[in-house]
Formats: sequence, structure tokens, C-alpha cells
Amino acid sequence: MDIKVDKVSKSMGEVHILDHIDIAVHKHEFVVILGPSGCGKSTLFNIIAGLLLPDEGRILLDGKDYTGQTGRIGYMQQKDLLLPSRTILDNVCIPLVLKGMPQHKARQKAFSYLPDFGLEGFAAYYPRQLSGGMRQRAALLRTYLFASDILLLDEPFVALDAISRRKMQLWLRELRSHYPCTILFVTHDIDEALMLADRIYLFSARPAKVRLEIKTASAPHDVHKETILHLLEEET
Amino acid sequence: MKRSPHTADKLAPWIAILVFLLIWEGGVRITQTPDWLLPPPSQVLMALGTNASMLFKHTIVTVEEALLGLGLSTLIALMTAYLMDQVLWFRQAFYPLIIFSQTIPLLILAVLFTIWFGFGMLPKILVVILVCFFPVVISLMNGLDGVDPDQIKLFRSMGATSTAIFTMVKLPAAMPSFFSGLRISATYSLMAAVIAEWMGAEKGLGYFMTLMQKGYRIDQVLASVLIICLISFLLVKCIDLLEYLLLPWNRKEDTQYNWG
Repeated sequence: MDIKVDKVSKSMGEVHILDHIDIAVHKHEFVVILGPSGCGKSTLFNIIAGLLLPDEGRILLDGKDYTGQTGRIGYMQQKDLLLPSRTILDNVCIPLVLKGMPQHKARQKAFSYLPDFGLEGFAAYYPRQLSGGMRQRAALLRTYLFASDILLLDEPFVALDAISRRKMQLWLRELRSHYPCTILFVTHDIDEALMLADRIYLFSARPAKVRLEIKTASAPHDVHKETILHLLEEET
Repeated sequence: MKRSPHTADKLAPWIAILVFLLIWEGGVRITQTPDWLLPPPSQVLMALGTNASMLFKHTIVTVEEALLGLGLSTLIALMTAYLMDQVLWFRQAFYPLIIFSQTIPLLILAVLFTIWFGFGMLPKILVVILVCFFPVVISLMNGLDGVDPDQIKLFRSMGATSTAIFTMVKLPAAMPSFFSGLRISATYSLMAAVIAEWMGAEKGLGYFMTLMQKGYRIDQVLASVLIICLISFLLVKCIDLLEYLLLPWNRKEDTQYNWG
């Protein structure tokens, strides 16, 4: 499954947020959108997820127009948004249940994924009993069970402390080798972007535009980091 | 062995009550206050014993009215909250009216209901419903409105219907708030039933109290008050227990349910 964001523009009232954004994410690719906070990354994600309509442009999934349609792409936000009233297992089951799978089947299916997502033995725990990192892993599993082929991750690790964040990044990279899927990931952390991405789109501040596209494998990370920092300096 | 501070904390209110009762008992005896003005607590307890069967008969009626009213008002509150959450014009039309309804003086209503519906149970239950409905519906609405909009957005992105969002996200999230409203209503329910009976009835604790008060049997009146307090307290504890059982996810870490 691949994603194509085709010349998407969006204004909210007077504010011009997105300016002709063109992005492509190929099958099983890990693409990171890197940009300053408040540059409209989340707005773009809402548009891709179908929660918002763009003023101009289209969202294509596998070449089909999905503009303004929800229910196709898994979307994970900064907050874990686990329901406090449900156990971890019942939380990650939610997308399956919403799709009409009977509860016991959904539980069975979700349960088999718990070990790989570092949640083995925590099925019956409530979210408040878990650490931030574990809750984010549960949120990621819920997203994965919703649609395993495309994941939109909106700064998923930003609320974690530095050590947990590092662990989560390593874990996510490891996870990808077992579960190949297309990932579009937003962050404002340059190191995180370079560590995780196959390809990076560098966004400018409002209105958001694609300033630069980087293939991380094309050069050592330090070189890319230099380029990015240089560009950001120019901007200010 | 040293007593833990925890037990001391628990004993404190009991000691306070005991001291209060002793002062009352002593004061009444020393000043030789007549019984028709203020009987000592020991006599109130005696009244409770000598008149037990009579008190029991009237208590059953009042409790029945209070519980029926509380139950019905909770049911109506749940339905109203659901409609107000799902249908915008319904909320716009009725939310201000619900708040306005609280400005109507309860006593007048109790009198009017007695005129309209007679001396039976119906007017009492109606008064209880009117009193108990408000705290429940308001706390429920607060709980429903307090849900993180991002949570709802997430469920929408997963293709959830608005009914699914209500039952899976909003209603569970509103439950702790709902129970605090229910607790307030529970304490009001018995009082509301008594007031309604006071305005005209053939049985019930309120009726019994008006009779006793006319005969200057203050000990009997206070015995009834004691019963009302105890049952109200019991009712609140029952709701605490219900919350503890129904919302296991909302329990405080490592606490057992306690009756204290």
C-alpha cells in the first residue's frame, strides 16, 4: 500500500497552513516528515486520515482517491488515547471490534501480538497501571490492528522521557523488520528522523511547504544533519 | 502495642459524636429542660426501641418512595443525557430549562402535587424525581462533555458510529462523575420524600413526624430524624459499593473497599 499526497493546500480561517504539499510514500517505506512544532504536520495528518477536507488537492491510496474518507488508515497521536475504562487487551481490540469482529475472536487475535509489542503479561492491566512507553506501544498495536499496511504516527514518542524515547525508537526499528508496513511519521526531532527514516521530507514553517527531500541512506547521518541545520539557520 | 495512626483517624468522628451526646445528655439533665422542649439522647434511643414497629412501618413507605424516585430519576437522567449528547437541538432546547427548573421552590411543588395527585405515593415519588434528577443529569452531562476531543477524533478515524462513541468512550468516561452526582441525589432522595409526606400524607416518616410534632413528642421526632440520617448514610455507602464494583478501573491503587 502506498500513499500519495497530491498538491494539498489548506487554510483555517485567515491562516494558510499547508501550501501545495506533494508527498509520496512507497510500499513498506518509512517516511518521516520533519518540521518545526506547529508547522501544520498534524493538519496534514488529519487530512490524510480523512478527518479534514483539504481546500485543494487529493489523497491517493494505491492510486485510489480517499480524500475525506475515514476508516482506511491507522492514525496514532502524541497522546496514547487509551480508554481508562478498558484493560490493555480490550483497548487494543477496539479497532477489530469496531470492524465487527466478535469480542472473543478480537481478543484472541490481539493477544497473539502482545509479546512482540512488549506487552506480554499485561493484557489484564488498566492503562493507568502502565508506564508511558508501554502505553504508547499499546497505542501502536491498536493502530496496527486497525490497518496493518499503513500507519500514520504523529510524534508518538514526544511525551516520553529521553531514555524511554530512545528505547522506543530502537524497538520500533526492530519491530519493522518483523512487521513490514508503510509508515508516515511526524517529528520535530532531527536525530529521531535520521535514525528511523528511509526518506525525510523537511517542512518549512507556516505555510508548510516541502523544503527538502532526503534519502537517509545516501550519506552518513552527520552530513544530513549538517544540511538540515544549515537550512533551518537560513530560514531564521 | 502502639495503635497505628490509621485506627486513631477512624475513631476520631466516633469520639466527637460521643462527646457531643454526653454534653447534650448532661446539659439537658443539669438544666432540667422539659422533654417536650428537648429530650436527652438516651430518651430518643428509648423512643426508637419502644416504638420500633410503628417507626418501621412508616420507614418502609418512605424508603420505598425515595428508592423508586431515585431509580426513576436516574433512568430519566440517563435517557436525557443520551439525547442531549446526540441531538443538538434537544440540548439547546432543554439544557437551559433543566437549570431553570431548579429555581422552582420545592415546598410549593410538594403542596401542588398533593392537590393534583392526592395523598398517595405518586406525588411523593414525583417530588423525589424532581429533586434527584438535577444532580444526576448535570454530573452526567459534565462527564460526557469532559471527554478529550482527540479521543473522539481517534474513534472517528477508526470509523466508529456516534452510538459506538457514546457507549465505548463517552459513557464510561462519564461514570465517575455520574456516581458523584448519584451520591448527592441519594442523600437528597430520602429528605425529599419526607418533605413531600410532611405536606400531606397518610403514611411515611414525614407523616409520622408531623403527628408526633403536634403532640410535642420531640423524642419521637428526633428518633425519626435519626432513622433518616442512618438510612441516607447507608444509601450513600451502597452507591459507593456499586461504584467500586462497576468501575474496577477507577479504584484507587491497592485499596480494599471499606465501610468506614
